[in-house]
This record gives sequence, structure tokens and C-alpha cells, in this order.
Amino acid sequence: MVKRFLYSQKVAPYVFVLPFVLVFLVFWIYPLASSVGMSFQKVTLGQEAQWIGFDNYAKLMGDKTFFKAVTNSAVYMVLTLVILIPFPMLFAVLINSRLMWGREFFKSSFFFPALTSVVVAGTIFRLMFGEMEGSLINSILGWFGLDPVKFLKGQATGYIALVALATWRWTGVNILYFLSGLKSIPDDYYEAASIDGASSWQKFTRITMPLLKPTTIYVVTISIYAGLAMFIESMMLWNGNNSPKNIGLTIVGYLYRQGIEKNNLGYAAAVGVVLLAITMIINLAQLAFSGMFKKEE
Amino acid sequence: MKKELAAKIAIFALFAVICLLILIPFYAVTIASFKPGEDLIRYGLNLRFDVSAMSLDNFAYLFTGDHAYFKWFFNSLLLTVVQVALTLIVSATVAYGFAAYDFKGKNMLFVCVLLIMMVPFEILLLPLYRLIYDMGLMNSYSAIILPGVASAATIFFFRQYLSGVPKEIIAAGRVDGATEYGIYARLILPVMKPSFAAMAILNGMNSWNNFLWPFMVLSDDNKYTLPIGLKTLLTPYGNNYDLLIVGSFFSIIPIFILFVAFQKYFIDGMTAGAVKG
Repeated sequence: MVKRFLYSQKVAPYVFVLPFVLVFLVFWIYPLASSVGMSFQKVTLGQEAQWIGFDNYAKLMGDKTFFKAVTNSAVYMVLTLVILIPFPMLFAVLINSRLMWGREFFKSSFFFPALTSVVVAGTIFRLMFGEMEGSLINSILGWFGLDPVKFLKGQATGYIALVALATWRWTGVNILYFLSGLKSIPDDYYEAASIDGASSWQKFTRITMPLLKPTTIYVVTISIYAGLAMFIESMMLWNGNNSPKNIGLTIVGYLYRQGIEKNNLGYAAAVGVVLLAITMIINLAQLAFSGMFKKEE
Repeated sequence: MKKELAAKIAIFALFAVICLLILIPFYAVTIASFKPGEDLIRYGLNLRFDVSAMSLDNFAYLFTGDHAYFKWFFNSLLLTVVQVALTLIVSATVAYGFAAYDFKGKNMLFVCVLLIMMVPFEILLLPLYRLIYDMGLMNSYSAIILPGVASAATIFFFRQYLSGVPKEIIAAGRVDGATEYGIYARLILPVMKPSFAAMAILNGMNSWNNFLWPFMVLSDDNKYTLPIGLKTLLTPYGNNYDLLIVGSFFSIIPIFILFVAFQKYFIDGMTAGAVKG
């Protein structure tokens, strides 16, 4: 009887998707709900939680360190978007053009950095951006007669190190995304444009860019998400969650500091909820702005 | 024609320069693994190629020294293999449920799959940490495997792949009297095989390189994975830099070999999400 029930065509699909439902409820919905709940409480491990309404949020609004973290994450996100969208797109177009020599070789070698873990890549960049005169970046500056720079002690230079790390790791991956997008553009469009006497630039702006839009939207979406949630890169560069004057502190870093290092779980949960809200708002705005929701008309 | 050749040379030169910039860190870490660790403290990572200062000491220490590197290495290997196997089979099963049937609540559930892909995992760190603590799973590999076992990105990819598999296979199976599960196990899974490679690579790479969550839940250094172990070597005193640099170098090698052998699957796996926009 039970067997016939489980084997029926009506019940089988639920059996198939059951693992997802369980994981979703236990490891996503429950933590998410408890995170939202915790953000209205004062929670310390081992003590009874207390409801304190919007106190955590009120405190957060006056928390200068939190705003420092938000600023850092936002600057990082914007810089990665500015570098890691247009350049990989241009490179993909060049790789795809018939003027390209060594296509496969460049495609693979650009992808190499993505194979390294953040820990290894972060270690390499920490040592490359070391403040000694002999470290890689400073010795290159030396060739041009420039003085060594203490990269990880200044705000602007700290951003440079972070963005350099991101650029190194993700350029190749984003090129692959754009290449897979380019594959779906029919060659006839370009042939027709050539017959009409369009220049290469016109072909790029009138055919390539508009038709790459779905890929671009995808890459922008994941970059916003990854930029705002960045943490381990900073943790590796500064070898921990503490940087001079918090120049490397990110939103998730602050969440980690409050929740794990200071055992301030309720306050950390509020940081998490704010991060979720920021990510959702920016992404929805971006999708609305790029006309993603009108696609079905 | 001349103009075309000039353009070809210009593009090639541009790419050669970028390629050089991208490969410099690899070059630096490779030569550093032949130099004494104290050089790193004194000079940082650099490009100096000086044979007289180079030796195989670090490699000798890596393979014969008294340290936990290979313990971490095999922990990572074990965790990666188990995690990938479980994630693939569970996600493929779920994806089949979504692809093959129409059932009540299907669309809503699929929106949940998409939702998971949009919420930064990082905001769940603390409540998840508490949950794992309450479940008594701290310091276990289950704590790392379970939350991701029904991977949204993997389900999404498999469902896309299955939408290209003819439904007639399922109908034919039913006519032959196979059960719903028999159809999946004996008829569909073999057809799905090609799509497993790309997802194995994607999940394998994520698992091999995964850091933050394992770092939070594993406290016993016997259970550390490679990234966590390497991170512990990065001390302010720099007393472990010999092992750190040669260990970092050595940890890249297996993935490089896999990449060279299975490049197509790496690329398919990495770009899986972007295909349909």
C-alpha cells in the first residue's frame, strides 16, 4: 500500500525534489528567519535572548565603523564593476575576431588565476604588495625611480591591492562569460552590416553590445553580489580581520567581527539584514533599469 | 591587407603584455618556492632569479619534514570527492523532479532555487553556525557538506540540460513497466552523464578552494583542509614561510593538471550560469 503510494506518478516528483525542500527549509529559510529575528534581539551565546525592537538598527545607523565597512565594500564593488565589465568584454570581442593569433593559448592562460584559491592568491598578493623595497610591486616602482610604497597601510593603495587581486582572478572568467555570449550572435548580422558599410566601432556598439546584454546583466549581477559580500580577500591581504584604521574592513568582515569575535550575535544579524537589503535593492534596480522585467512582453 | 597585419600585431602585442602581467605572480611564487623562507620576510615576493640562492630545500622539507601539509592535502581531497559525489547525485535527482514532472507547487519551488542563487551565503554565516552548533555537527565534515548538498546552481544547470532530453524516453520506460525511480536510475542518469563532467569540475573547484565556512566549523587541526592549513602558516612571525610558499605552489599543481586535461569541462562548468542569461 505504502509502496504503491510512493511509486505513483503523482507522488514521485515530490520524492525527487524532497532533498531540496529539506535543505532549503533547514539550511536557508530557518537561518534566514532566525537572522531576521535575531536582529531584533540582544543575543549572546549561552544567555537568554532579549527582544529589543529596533535598537540594533538604531545603533547601526550611528556606527561609524559600520559606515566605514559599507563604504569600503561599495568602493570595491564599483571599482570591480568599472574594470571587470568593459575590459573583459572588449578582450572577448578581440579574441573572437579573425585578427586574433594564439586564441586558445590566451584564453587558457587568462583563466589560470581563477584556479587558485583565495587563500593562495591572497597570500601571493600580500607578499607582492609587501612594503619592503625588494617586494615585487615596489621593485617595479623602483625601476621607474619611484619610492617604495606601504600599500597595505594607506586607504587608496589598499584599494589598489584589493582590486588588483580581483582583477587578476576574474578577468579570464569574465572573458569566458562574454565569449559564450558572443557565440549566440549570428554571423549574418555582421555580414549584413559590412554590406551596409558599417565600421567596426558601429558593429560593436549597434550589434555586439545590445546582443550581449543578457550576458552583461548576468555578469553585473554576480559582480554586485560578489563585490558587496567580499571578505576573505581582505582577510588574506591584511592577514586577519584587522587593518590599520579599518581600511580593509568590509560589511561581511564587520558581521564576522561582531558575531564571531565579539559574540554580539544580534547586532551582527542586523548587519547581515542590511547587507541583504542593499544587495537586493541594487540588483533589483539594476535589473529594472536594464529592462529585464519587460522581456516577457 | 597591410592594415590588417598591423592590427593583428597590435592585438597580439596587447594580449602578450596582459598575459605577462597575469603570469608574473605564478612566476614569482614558483621561483620563491626554491628560495629560503626568510627571503620572503626580508624582501617580500619578487622576481629576482638568482640560482646561487636557490635550492630544493623547501621541496625536501615539504616531502620529508615534520608537518601536517599532506594531512591537510588528503583531507581536502577526501572532502572534495565526497562532497562532489553527494552534491551531484542529490542535485541531479532534484533537477529531474523539476524537469520531468508537472506538479503542484513546482513553480514556487523553482523560484526558491533561483532565490538561493541571489542571497549572499555570507549573511547566513552566523545563524547557520548556531544551527550547526545546536545539531552537534561542529568540527565535522557533515557541517560543510549538508548545507550545500542540494546546490542551486547545479540543480539549475541539470534542469536546463534535461529540458533537451526527449520525454519519449520516460514514456517508453512507463510502457515497459519500469517504475518512476527505475526510469530515472536506468534510463535518464546514463543520458545525463556528459553534463556531470562540467558540474563535477565546477563543484570540485569550489570545494577544493572553499575557505570561510570550513574555517568557521572545523576546530580540530587534524581535520583542517588545505586552505585552512595554509592560512595557519601565514603568521606575523613568518616562521613557517618555507612551507607556506612551497605548499601554496604545490596546491596549485593538481588543479593545473586537471585543467590542462579537461579544459572544455572547466569552461562549460564556469559559464553554465551565463548560457541562458
